Amino acid sequence: MPDRPLAPSSSQVVTRIGGQRGPWAALQLREMWSYRDLFLTFGLRDVKLRYRQTALGVSWVLLQPLIAAAIFAFVFGRVADLPSDGHPYFVFAFAGLMGWNAFNTTLTRTSTSLLANSQLVSKVYFPRLILPASTLMATAIDFLITSCVMAGMLAVTSTPLTLHLLLLPIWLALLLMIATGMGLVLGGTSVRFRDVAILTPVAAQMLLYISPVAYPVSSVPARYRDLYELNPLTGLLEGFRWSLLGNGHLTPLAVTTAVLGPLVALGLGVVYFRRIERGFADVI
Amino acid sequence: MSSDVAIEVDALSKSYRLAHAQPHTGLRDLLADRLRHPFQRGPLDRFQALDGVSFDVARGEVLGVIGPNGAGKSTLLKVLARITEPDSGTAMLRGRLGSLLEVGTGFHPELTGRENVFLNGAILGMTRREIARSFDEIVDFADVHRFLDTPVKRYSSGMYVRLAFAVAAHLQAEILVVDEVLAVGDVSFQQKCLAKMSDIAGEEGRTILFISHNMAAIQSLCHRAVVLGGGRVVFDGDVDEAVGAYLAIGRGTEQVHPPGVWDHSGHDNPFDPSGALVRRIAVETSGGPTDVVRTGSDVTIRLEVRGLRKGPAADQIAVQVTSDLDVPVFNVNTSMLAPTESRGRADEETAVVKIARLPLTPGQYWLTVAVVEAHGGEPRDVLVRGARFTVIADDVYGSGYELTRRDGAVFVDAAWEYHPSEETET
Repeated sequence: MPDRPLAPSSSQVVTRIGGQRGPWAALQLREMWSYRDLFLTFGLRDVKLRYRQTALGVSWVLLQPLIAAAIFAFVFGRVADLPSDGHPYFVFAFAGLMGWNAFNTTLTRTSTSLLANSQLVSKVYFPRLILPASTLMATAIDFLITSCVMAGMLAVTSTPLTLHLLLLPIWLALLLMIATGMGLVLGGTSVRFRDVAILTPVAAQMLLYISPVAYPVSSVPARYRDLYELNPLTGLLEGFRWSLLGNGHLTPLAVTTAVLGPLVALGLGVVYFRRIERGFADVI
Repeated sequence: MSSDVAIEVDALSKSYRLAHAQPHTGLRDLLADRLRHPFQRGPLDRFQALDGVSFDVARGEVLGVIGPNGAGKSTLLKVLARITEPDSGTAMLRGRLGSLLEVGTGFHPELTGRENVFLNGAILGMTRREIARSFDEIVDFADVHRFLDTPVKRYSSGMYVRLAFAVAAHLQAEILVVDEVLAVGDVSFQQKCLAKMSDIAGEEGRTILFISHNMAAIQSLCHRAVVLGGGRVVFDGDVDEAVGAYLAIGRGTEQVHPPGVWDHSGHDNPFDPSGALVRRIAVETSGGPTDVVRTGSDVTIRLEVRGLRKGPAADQIAVQVTSDLDVPVFNVNTSMLAPTESRGRADEETAVVKIARLPLTPGQYWLTVAVVEAHGGEPRDVLVRGARFTVIADDVYGSGYELTRRDGAVFVDAAWEYHPSEETET
C-alpha cells in the first residue's frame, strides 16, 4: 500500500453502506459510543431549553410534582379518602408520584423525541437511538431535584430512614429501563403511524390508574392482587415507597415482574428500534 | 483495493413507494386496506430513484454530481450520508464522512449562537474538543462576535446563515458531501461560500462530492463530474464534457416552460389596461432555445411583442442584461440600434436581438425587457427579470484557459504583443 503521509488515512474509518448484516451487528454498540458527544449535546440542549424564557425557571421542576401531589392529596386523600399505609397522604402521594413521574416523563420524552427532531432525522446521519437515549439526562436531573424535596418532606414529617433506601437506585433504574423500552417501541412505530403518538398519553393515563400511585397495593382486593401484580409498575412503584417510607406491600410475584418486565422491555425495545431505524428518514 | 479510492459506489439502487405516502398515513387506513385486499400489499407504484449507480472517487478528488430534477442526486447523497438505506448495492467510504445537506441543520432558535455552534457541530459529527479548537475561526468567519450570547432567533437571517455555514465549513471530515449549500443567503455570501468551498477543495486529502444546479460553480470547483439521469449514471468524466452531456439530456419535464423560453403572455402590465405587450422571451444559441449558454457563443434573443405603435412615433424596445448581483451589464435598445428588418405583421411581431460572442463570464444573468414610447416617453410594458440564463465556461481564447467570474465580469477580444523597447535598442 502506498504511504501518503499528508492524508489522515492511517487510522481511517471505513464505512460500509448496504449489503447484509448479522442480526447483532445491527445493534452497533461501538458506534453508539463514538457518538457520546452528541448524546451529551442533545441532553444538555434539552436541559437548557426546558425552562428558557420562563419567569420561574428551574423552580418548575419543584412546583410540578408539588402541585400534582396537592391535587392528589385533595381528590384522593380528602374527597375519595383513599388509605395511605399510615403516612400523611401528601407524603404518600408524593413518593408515588416521584416514581410515576420518572416513568411517565421518560416514556413521553423517549417516544416523542424522533418526531420532535424529524428535521434532523431526515437531514443528518447519527445512530437514531441517541435521540431517545439523550432525553434521559433531563429526566435524571428532574429526579435529583424532586429527591431533594422528598428528603425535606421526610425530615419535616420525621419519617425514619431505613436500609430499604439503598434499593431506591435499583427501582429507579428499572423504572427508567421499562419506560425507555416502551418509549422506543412506541416512538419508533409513531414515525410511520402517528396514531401511536396520539394513543401513548391515553395509555399512560390508564396505566396511572392501574398502578399504585394514588393508593397503596394493600387497598387492592386480595382476589385481584395476583393479576394486579402482573403489572411491572405495581412492584416498581410500591418498591419506591417501600424504600422511601419504610413500609409497603412487596410480594415475590410483584418483585419478579418488576425485575423481568424492564429487562424484557428494554431488550425488545432496543432490538426493534435498531431494526426499523434505517427506514425512518424515508417515512418521517 | 487501493487505499487511494475514498468512495466506491457499486450498483446502488433505491426505489420509493409512491402510493404509501398518501393513503397509508394512518394505521386505520392500513388495517382497512389489509382487510379489503388481504393478499395484496398495497398498490405497488414505485419510483426508481437510483438504478444501479456505480462510480469511484479517488482521495482528494472533487466530484460534481449534476442532473435534472428527479435524477436521483439527492437520494444518492442521502444514501452516502447514511440517512437512508439503499435497496441493493453497496458503497464503501474510506475516511470520516461529513454531510452538508442543508445549512443550519439542528440550529435551535432559543439557544445562543455559542450554544448552537456546539450543537450543530456535534450534529455534524464533530467532537466537543474539535469544535472548541475551531471555535474562534468559526466565529471569525461568521463575523458574529457581538451576538455570540444572543439566542439565534434574534439573529438576522444573514447572520444565521453565516454562522451555520461557518460551522459546516470547519467540519474536520476527510469526505464531504455537499448539496446545494450555496443556494442560501444573499449573492455576495454565496460568493464567499464558493470561495471557502474552493479553499476546502484545495486542501490535501479532502474528498468532496458536490451537488449543484449551478453549472458555473460545478465547473470552477470540480475536476470531474457524474451526470445522473433517471437514476442512472449517464456520463462520468471531464467536467466540461459532463456539463455538455447534462445540457444534452434537456431539462426536467416538471419545468413550466421549455428551457430558454419564457411565456409572459399573462403577466400584469400596470402601464397598459389591455395587458401584456411582451408575450414571450426566448434565448437561443445555434442549438435552439436554451437557458444555459457558453461564454463567447453567439446568442439570439427573440421577443414576441404585441400592439407596437408604428410610424414616426414608433415604440422602442429595450433589453437589459443584469448580473445576479443586480448590476446592469449591458443594454441594447431599438433607439440606439435601429432594427434593420421591417416589422412584420400588424399586431404581433417578433423582435430579434443578435449578440455576437457574448462577453459574459460564467454566472447567472437576468434579462429585463421594456417597451417604451418614442423619444424616451412613458413605459408601455416592463418585464423586470423576465428571463434568467446561466453562462458556463468555455475556452474562449483557444488557449485552454477558462475564464471564471473571478477574472472579471466580462471578457474582451484582445491581443498581446511584445515589442522591443526604444531605449534598450540603440
